[in-house]
Amino acid sequence: MASAASSEEAVKAAKVLMVGAGGIGCELLKTLALSGFSDIHIIDLDTIEVSNLNRQFLFRQSHVGQSKAKVARDAVLKFRPNINITPYHANVKDSQFNVDFFKQFSVVLNGLDNLDARRHVNRLCLAAEVPLVESGTTGFLGQVTVHVKGKTECYECQPKPVPKSYPVCTITSTPSKFVHCIVWAKDLLFAKLFGDKNQDNDLNVHSKDDSSSKTDVFERNVDEGLEQYAQRVYDHVFGYNIETALSNEETWKNRRKPNPIYIRDALPEDAVQQNGRSWDHKNEEQEPSAMVFLGLRNPQEIWSLADNSRVFLEALKLFFEKREKEIGNLIFDKDDQLAVEFVAAAANIRASSFGIPVHSLFEAKGVAGNIVHAVATTNAIIAGLIVIEAIKVLKGDYQNYRMTYCLEHPARKMLLMPVEPFEPNKSCYVCSETPLVLEVNTKTSKLREVIEKVIKNKLGMNLPLVMVGATLVFEDGDGLEPDEAANYALNLEKVLAELPAPVVNGTKLTVEDFQQELKCSINIKHRDEFDEEKEPDGMVLVGWSGPVDQQVTSNGDKRSVPSSSSADDGDGTAEDISAKPGMKRKLNEILEAKENFDALKKSDVGSSSAQVVDDDDDDLVMFDEDPKQGKKKRLQ
Amino acid sequence: MDGSGAEGELTAQETALYDRQIRVWGVDAQKRLSKSHVLVCGMNGTTIEFCKNIVLAGVGSLSLMDDHMVTEDDLNANFLIPPDESIYGGRSRAEVCCESLKDFNPMVRVSVENGDPSLIDGEFLDKFDIIVISGASLKIKLFINENCRKRSKRIAFYTIDCKDSCGEIFVDLQKHSYVQKKPGGETEQQELTYPSLQEAISVPWKNLPRKTAKLYFAMRVLENYELSEGRSPGKTTLSDIPAVLARRKDMCDKMSLNESQIPTALMEQLLAAGKKEHPPVCAILGGILGQEVIKSISCKGDPIKNFFYFDAADGKGVIEDIPPPPPPSAN
Repeated sequence: MASAASSEEAVKAAKVLMVGAGGIGCELLKTLALSGFSDIHIIDLDTIEVSNLNRQFLFRQSHVGQSKAKVARDAVLKFRPNINITPYHANVKDSQFNVDFFKQFSVVLNGLDNLDARRHVNRLCLAAEVPLVESGTTGFLGQVTVHVKGKTECYECQPKPVPKSYPVCTITSTPSKFVHCIVWAKDLLFAKLFGDKNQDNDLNVHSKDDSSSKTDVFERNVDEGLEQYAQRVYDHVFGYNIETALSNEETWKNRRKPNPIYIRDALPEDAVQQNGRSWDHKNEEQEPSAMVFLGLRNPQEIWSLADNSRVFLEALKLFFEKREKEIGNLIFDKDDQLAVEFVAAAANIRASSFGIPVHSLFEAKGVAGNIVHAVATTNAIIAGLIVIEAIKVLKGDYQNYRMTYCLEHPARKMLLMPVEPFEPNKSCYVCSETPLVLEVNTKTSKLREVIEKVIKNKLGMNLPLVMVGATLVFEDGDGLEPDEAANYALNLEKVLAELPAPVVNGTKLTVEDFQQELKCSINIKHRDEFDEEKEPDGMVLVGWSGPVDQQVTSNGDKRSVPSSSSADDGDGTAEDISAKPGMKRKLNEILEAKENFDALKKSDVGSSSAQVVDDDDDDLVMFDEDPKQGKKKRLQ
Repeated sequence: MDGSGAEGELTAQETALYDRQIRVWGVDAQKRLSKSHVLVCGMNGTTIEFCKNIVLAGVGSLSLMDDHMVTEDDLNANFLIPPDESIYGGRSRAEVCCESLKDFNPMVRVSVENGDPSLIDGEFLDKFDIIVISGASLKIKLFINENCRKRSKRIAFYTIDCKDSCGEIFVDLQKHSYVQKKPGGETEQQELTYPSLQEAISVPWKNLPRKTAKLYFAMRVLENYELSEGRSPGKTTLSDIPAVLARRKDMCDKMSLNESQIPTALMEQLLAAGKKEHPPVCAILGGILGQEVIKSISCKGDPIKNFFYFDAADGKGVIEDIPPPPPPSAN
């Protein structure tokens, strides 16, 4: 520990930025304040929800709906009134948080819940040359990593999987897992019935003689009773649509055939009669709930097909009776009880039809909302580890930087396992300047698709600019002249080969995000065909998630050199050194730990089945390095 | 816990509040938690972290025992005591902490137990399923541990202590059966038998593997010194170092351990720490202990057997399985 300043002085002088005031954030702010940090800035976009209160201990019931950053500040000032905490109730991606803003801090500490924001902060930290301590938890697992430009790998040196998407036909026609039914119920059926009518929607299975459906079957007819309408929708999506799908025999050659379900089968006795229902007026001020109405109290219970069918009909009716104004604008929200009931019931009916095991409302909600499993203890531990690393960073004690895994099952006796950080990956497109390759059909793919699927989704750019040679073909953001904006809008809808500066095989694109100060080159490789199942985007970015062999080998070699200056308390016997992370033994430890993670991922319906949008509010999962990749890399 | 595990459903309020953690440990564990009673003796940085964690998790009740009046020294690693003498002046640590903890979760009963841990008797212990001791002398720890073991009901016993950047947790679950989750997802019933605290600190050192955490030995030397000198914990200082190193030599000689297994620098570090607690280390220890108590109540997951060590210097959190001494040979 050559470099010097005492911990106390370093802490006192530090100005730190915390991003996230959620599960990890609450714990972190408390531990920072107790540890003597006295100038803390904290950004969080969210407001407080009831399901936060089991672990975000700075918040109370009475704070529900208020800004997390602000309430967290007030709570911490109660026990440390003389420190400065500056809250921002804002999105870290806002333009006010630019490179200059980041430059004022000694270190940035992340307690974030999504990949997008993590990548954004990583880029700003790289551009501002401010060290970043990154963290994540899920259930009993967690990890803390340190990212210092030029010294350790950046957050994106190892590829991160983007949220999973499913091929359209799996969702519309051939579901094989419960999550497929949930996606269908949420993104297709719910969106069709209650969401924006102008959105494209693949809900209806297309049959050859489809000309009859001039009128939208999902529209309620003028004089149609609600019960009648609900039953008609039911019969259409669970009965008629399945029959139509069955008529395409090719599909079912190697698959189990689904059973169409009609309301008269699901509810033989009370299907027709349900007229005289009336609301219990005592419950009037409560949130409408089909479950409560039907006397189904236990969200952990697995409902029968009949119960699911009743919940489906009732929820649909309640939307029309109690929330008619919102219809047309609804977006599925995991905190919307009635929406969750509807989606859970619909997914279960569809699952029954396809012979897929059904789930309780509680479980269905977890899958539909991508709910992250979270407990206070792991967050507290991880926050403690973040502060320990932050102090090392402030002291410039880089030889002792560690990434630490918090494990559920001990690996080599360890529950908290420190590992030496990796060196920067020389082929990382974020912290080095390696060009990427995009395989795409330049004659059919539009610029819009490339920007959405690749530049925004995969490269994580926020406000990208796209250049072909010296020609600007697209720019995002405020301050565009109207004619420019119109021009770019036109370009978006053009296929690549027909852009003002044509993009064909061999063209080099330059994409840039000024806010993130990130620029990279993409070499275009034309390809005619893409596999719909394996390459649902219809384009493939190479060098982004692919293995990165050569450079890694040399990194690996360097890493296996033992560090003699590790913080041990003195008499370094052979035993001591070999027990230290950084030695060969480390390899086995990592492998064991990785296996723990694999096991968890498999058993964990919720988070491994991430969908198109990550709309959770929580302390997310960072075990997003591909474990296979990790093994391979380290084994070399 | 009376084994009445699964009766009675959680209320809608409980389900909403505990949603995220039920997804981790299940409804059944949540119900067991809400029926369990925890006693904490000694309020400091590690135990308040622990208390926060289990109050949030939703235990049935938490009782705090610590008659010491709050002083400025207590504010260091404590986020439950507002630094305002008009609030804490003349009041016990247990009282002030209790008041703050009550707010954390209205569904948990938090209360103060007045009295002296050295007088805790058997029947009093029966009110609890979990006992956590911190900042107490070895004598008191041994006394309470023995008393717990004499009761007919199983009372889980823990100690937790932080010495600046180092920490130790001890666990005695007596006999513990639990459900173990295999990597493949299937489950298996397991049973563990724990040594008592007395046994776990009496094992001849030469019987232990060479890789045993140095902190295990260092803490025993310090504890032994404090006990024989009648020092209360944290009152031994750097000026005692010659005497403490002499004690280290005695113990190492007696038990055939190379003295280098207990580095002088480590002994100095523990003495210099005194009663000082490093807040991040408290958070880590309190988090680990919180998880352990939840595992023990829910009978789910591998519990620590029987020591846990953390040292911020190397960042490792290590479990040590220290066996009881071998039975005296029969000659």
